[in-house]
Amino acid sequence: MKFVDIITSAIANSFRSKLRTGLTVIAIFIGAFTLTITSGIGTGVTSYINSQVSAIGAADVLTVSKTDDAAATESDGPAAYDPEKATTISLGNGSRPGSTIQALTDADLDTIKATSGILGVDPAVQVTPDFIEYDGSGKFELTVNAPATLTTADLAAGAQLDNESATDQLLLPTTYLDALGFSTPESAIGQTVSIGITDFAGTPQQVPATIVGVQNETILGAGAGLNQPLTDRLHDVELAGTPAGAPQSYASATARFDLDASDEEIVAIKADLADQGYASQTVADQIGSFETVINVIIGVLNAFAVIALIAAGFGIINTLLMSVQERTREIGLMKAMGMNGGRVYALFSTEAVFIGFLGSALGALVAVGVGSVISNILATTVFENLPGLQVVQFAPSSIAIIIGVVMLIAFLAGTLPARAAARQNPIDALRYE
Amino acid sequence: MTVPVLSAQNIGKSYGSGANRFDALKGVSVDIRAGESVAIVGKSGSGKSTLMHLLALLDDPDSGALLVEGTDAKKLKGKEVNRLRNQDFGFVFQQFFLTANASVLENVVLPLKIAGVSPKARRARGMKALEQLELADKAKNKAMNLSGGQKQRAVIARALVNNPKVIFADEPTGNLDTATGAVVEDILFSLNKDKGITLIIVTHDIDLAARCDRQIFIRDGIEDVTRSPEAISKPEGARA
Ligand SMILES: Nc1ncnc2c1ncn2[C@@H]1O[C@H](COP(=O)(O)OP(=O)(O)OP(=O)(O)O)[C@@H](O)[C@H]1O
Ligand SMILES: [Mg+2]
Repeated sequence: MKFVDIITSAIANSFRSKLRTGLTVIAIFIGAFTLTITSGIGTGVTSYINSQVSAIGAADVLTVSKTDDAAATESDGPAAYDPEKATTISLGNGSRPGSTIQALTDADLDTIKATSGILGVDPAVQVTPDFIEYDGSGKFELTVNAPATLTTADLAAGAQLDNESATDQLLLPTTYLDALGFSTPESAIGQTVSIGITDFAGTPQQVPATIVGVQNETILGAGAGLNQPLTDRLHDVELAGTPAGAPQSYASATARFDLDASDEEIVAIKADLADQGYASQTVADQIGSFETVINVIIGVLNAFAVIALIAAGFGIINTLLMSVQERTREIGLMKAMGMNGGRVYALFSTEAVFIGFLGSALGALVAVGVGSVISNILATTVFENLPGLQVVQFAPSSIAIIIGVVMLIAFLAGTLPARAAARQNPIDALRYE
Repeated sequence: MTVPVLSAQNIGKSYGSGANRFDALKGVSVDIRAGESVAIVGKSGSGKSTLMHLLALLDDPDSGALLVEGTDAKKLKGKEVNRLRNQDFGFVFQQFFLTANASVLENVVLPLKIAGVSPKARRARGMKALEQLELADKAKNKAMNLSGGQKQRAVIARALVNNPKVIFADEPTGNLDTATGAVVEDILFSLNKDKGITLIIVTHDIDLAARCDRQIFIRDGIEDVTRSPEAISKPEGARA
């Protein structure tokens, strides 16, 4: 029997008992559908995160903070008070309100700077400006996106922030354009805006800044990005009038290392810092832990889909065993007419693979359709504020892998019935009632 | 003398084992020569079908030897056995064994499909075989919609579609009325005469047996030599 004839016969045979084949196809469909959707969510979310932050400009930056108090983590009770430790954090240093965290002091910064491999260290300061104004057209609240200096922004126009520059630079989110009176992102570039900020004594002050770029909204906090000189200037204004001698403390600091450092070297720097009592993370680490959570969720969903597929596999075994039994005489006849066992085996396993293909191709196709529709609806409703987020995205390669894997499962499920068919003795099969 | 196409030498076959062991054939020897027509006659359960299956290489004898053109069948490779079954032998089974939902033509070309003949050639040869049996107009009908006699003819068309050297027919007229049975008999004997196809027919019907060149009587698994061929006289032109 020719290969083509085996395939056409197998397909014709699987349609002979439409109800039985149909039910098995539905079982596979459910598994393949779930698997395609979950992998689509995985692709969508991962590609969104990547588009947001994977262009990590500051690959040479570590976020350093003090390791949590050992006593507090090892026992359930609170740690004993130690007046030597800086636990209170003064205004404008990036602490969360109401939280007590181990603060970094200037002495800590010196220690971190002295660590081998660290080129420089800046305390993370958070400034809270009151408003932004352009050309006297009205004052608007201004939120600052603190990690902006660490990441490469998804730009609508203009350039990235330059921390080495002497000018005070600002990266404006697209949402501010209308309010400030800019018709296009391009028209905002190079314009000077003024930022209102209140000093320690309560006096309102204004600081000018130049818009260097316009940024699409991101998941990493919506808000304007400020370069280091502008942040420092605003911080100085905020602290103007602070009683002299009040010790400075910071929630965290950004330490710079050599951009060409290998992974091993980065690990060594982090270990060195850990020995001295500092926790440190690269931007990649921070994103990595985010991705790990998403991957775990997707992994769990995939596990359910695989369980569904295994159940479907037994459905295939059952379907084919029944059709082997139903066609016992036909198998006997074909063998009596000189069909060899291998071809009989091929005939039945092709039927299994075809059923698997039918279920998985339909499942994947419907999943792509449904997923795209849902994703588009979500993009204009729930995720309206996250432009560019398509929650469900389909990579042709992963769909091909899913269909391939399901066909493999179907083939494996088909081996048992196909072997039973191939081993039949023609005479016994013909005598079968 | 030429080598017989098929030669059974004291073959035996048992079914089951232990107390349930049943000797269906207890040592039968037959030589089948090319171009002759042989009837295997005997009571129900005497072992006729068993003998036919052994001769057709559909089953292996437990004792004795079966020679195919002088070669021991046991020494033949699986591939060679399949080739013989497919190319040299044609089968007409008592219960038709037609695939009910497939068309008559599809049923008839099954041996060609197994042989790997191209679809176009399959169709042409299948139609030729159906024309020979005056069934061409039914080619596209479903096999289950044929009458008993038409089914029997379809099965014969299937047996001869691959131009076999030997046709094995188990009770080819067993479930047909006398008139239709006679038509089927005529077809088989004309194949034997016109194309020189060797016929091996298993039958209860003493008249059909009488039309064959030779009869082998089986009784309880052995050849019944008391029934000499001379005991049956050929009825003159009874069913011409
Ligand atoms: N697979 C089997 N297992 C057990 N016994 C069997 C088997 N096949 C055949 N037999 C027995 O072998 C004997 C011969 O069977 P066979 O089919 O050859 O008879 P037969 O002469 O063709 O009869 P009939 O004319 O009724 O078709 C019978 O008694 C039958 O019951
Ligand atoms: Mg019989």
